[in-house]
Amino acid sequence: MSLLELKNVSKIYGDLKALDNVSLHVDQGEWVAIMGPSGSGKSTMMNIIGCMDKPTSGEVLLDGVDISKESSKKLTDIRRDKIGLIFQQFHMVNYLTAVENVMVSQYYHSMPDEEEALEALGRVGLRERARHLPSQLSGGEQQRVCVARALINHPELILADEPTGNLDEANENIVLDLFAQLHKEGTTLIVVTHDPEVADAAQRTIVLEHGKVAREVINENFGK
Amino acid sequence: MVLAMLTAFLALAVFGGSVVVLSLRSGLNSLEARLGADIILVPSQAQSKVSFQNMFLQGTTGAFYMDSSALDKALEVSGVEKAAPQTFLASLKADCCSIKIQVIGIDPERDFTVQPWIARSLSRGLNDMEVAVGCKVEADVGEIIRIYDQRCKVVARLESTGTGLDTAVYCDMDTMNKLLAAAEEKGVSHKIESGDQVISAVYIKVKDGCSIDEVNSRLNGHIRKVTAVRTRSMITGVSDSLAGVSRTVTALIAAVWVLAFLVLLLAFMLIIRERAREFAVLRLAGASRGMLSRLVLTESSLCGLLGGLIGVELAALALFPFAQLIESALNLPYLMPDPGKILLLAGGTVLLSVLVAALSSVIAAYRLSRIDPGTALREGN
Repeated sequence: MSLLELKNVSKIYGDLKALDNVSLHVDQGEWVAIMGPSGSGKSTMMNIIGCMDKPTSGEVLLDGVDISKESSKKLTDIRRDKIGLIFQQFHMVNYLTAVENVMVSQYYHSMPDEEEALEALGRVGLRERARHLPSQLSGGEQQRVCVARALINHPELILADEPTGNLDEANENIVLDLFAQLHKEGTTLIVVTHDPEVADAAQRTIVLEHGKVAREVINENFGK
Repeated sequence: MVLAMLTAFLALAVFGGSVVVLSLRSGLNSLEARLGADIILVPSQAQSKVSFQNMFLQGTTGAFYMDSSALDKALEVSGVEKAAPQTFLASLKADCCSIKIQVIGIDPERDFTVQPWIARSLSRGLNDMEVAVGCKVEADVGEIIRIYDQRCKVVARLESTGTGLDTAVYCDMDTMNKLLAAAEEKGVSHKIESGDQVISAVYIKVKDGCSIDEVNSRLNGHIRKVTAVRTRSMITGVSDSLAGVSRTVTALIAAVWVLAFLVLLLAFMLIIRERAREFAVLRLAGASRGMLSRLVLTESSLCGLLGGLIGVELAALALFPFAQLIESALNLPYLMPDPGKILLLAGGTVLLSVLVAALSSVIAAYRLSRIDPGTALREGN
């Protein structure tokens, strides 16, 4: 069953076609990697799927709803309820502790629950670092807090933009293991990356070039 | 913190300036109430306006005398409802006197200006060799003060008027005559050609419906060697000075307001740039535009509240303990408003600080709410 479907989606900035008539679908519970060189349209696609931007033309169906036609307020609601976002630069609120950063997502979604936030941090192995500020955490720890923040509201889709781009190999493996756990639990994952090892962890890789889908690769070794 | 300090500066100027202006207005009203007469008769040589004004405003000591017959003559003038004499005597800064003060003798039977004031502190009249002292005279109730070696018992301390009257001592005419005689013995002469019974001024209340100017002219024509002065004209000079001070303070407050508003506006605009990434993260965490706008407005209002409270407190620390210093520096009647009015003013100032801070952040709140989170985060990177 399809969770996400892009139909002939284009995004044009002046003379530049960042996305050019892209069509693709992602099934519920699937783990998809999106690869491509700089300027291939990865970030533009991530912004559109993440309800942060709208396409110039085409349809984007998320859970059956065409988000390309929705208002900004409605997009905020969809993003809050259905999507968990993870960024390369972590993007934590600097003056809040790890657990408070997780609770921010709860606050805007429903109700802050510190115990639940601590459990989420425990799941990424950071319960004992819950009271630390971002400046007191390593890059890998910050990214794990961001994973906890992304999953705290049980989103249907986790959208990660270069999640391991700033991590060493050990932390990269920790994050990929977390993604594997989420995938096993049925969470849909879309990971934007230019790292072939990260892409290899996914079930399927979509390669973008010049704003178009150049090819799709099924990972035959997935789960082995 | 910087924003709170800016708002504190605004609150300091508004509250401090308002308290000073209100105190000056209260002082003037108090002076007008204490003078209580429409016209004051003084000897022509008293150069009435200047010396009189100084006595009331600054508490300078002095004396001038005229024959007490001026009182009877004043009562003969048509339009005069009441006339009450007062006699002035300045004590000396010498062994014979405890303190250098202005002594004012009143006629309890005729007086209509000082008696009501004394009645607020003393339920009976003044007896022989008893005095009521202004609030700034350094003598307590029950204490004996010496004036030209005469022992006078302090039986009342009067409420503050914020004028030179607060530095005077009040007694009845019998006591005053004894003090005049004692001063005479010390070589301070009060004799005038026409007789021994002297007075310094006659306070006149004009009948309702009569023109004060006309009665004033009639008094000047009817009584020789005496000048009738309208109390309103004495106060006009003070009132003009007060208006000048009020205008200056108001202009300063307005300037501080505009400046603080602009600086706050600028500060909030800079904060947009500083916090764009943070707000983008909050947007991505699910905060709506309205939520972010409310967040900015709440933060700015809290800054305003904190700044307002700090500013009011700083102004209070500067104004209340140094009220006397301010009074002497301004050289104008200065009477602090009652605590209720001050509390109201403080509350109003804090509210105003909150409003100004919130208002100056409205544009920032709007702009922050329009931030495109994806772009803001990319620019942050």
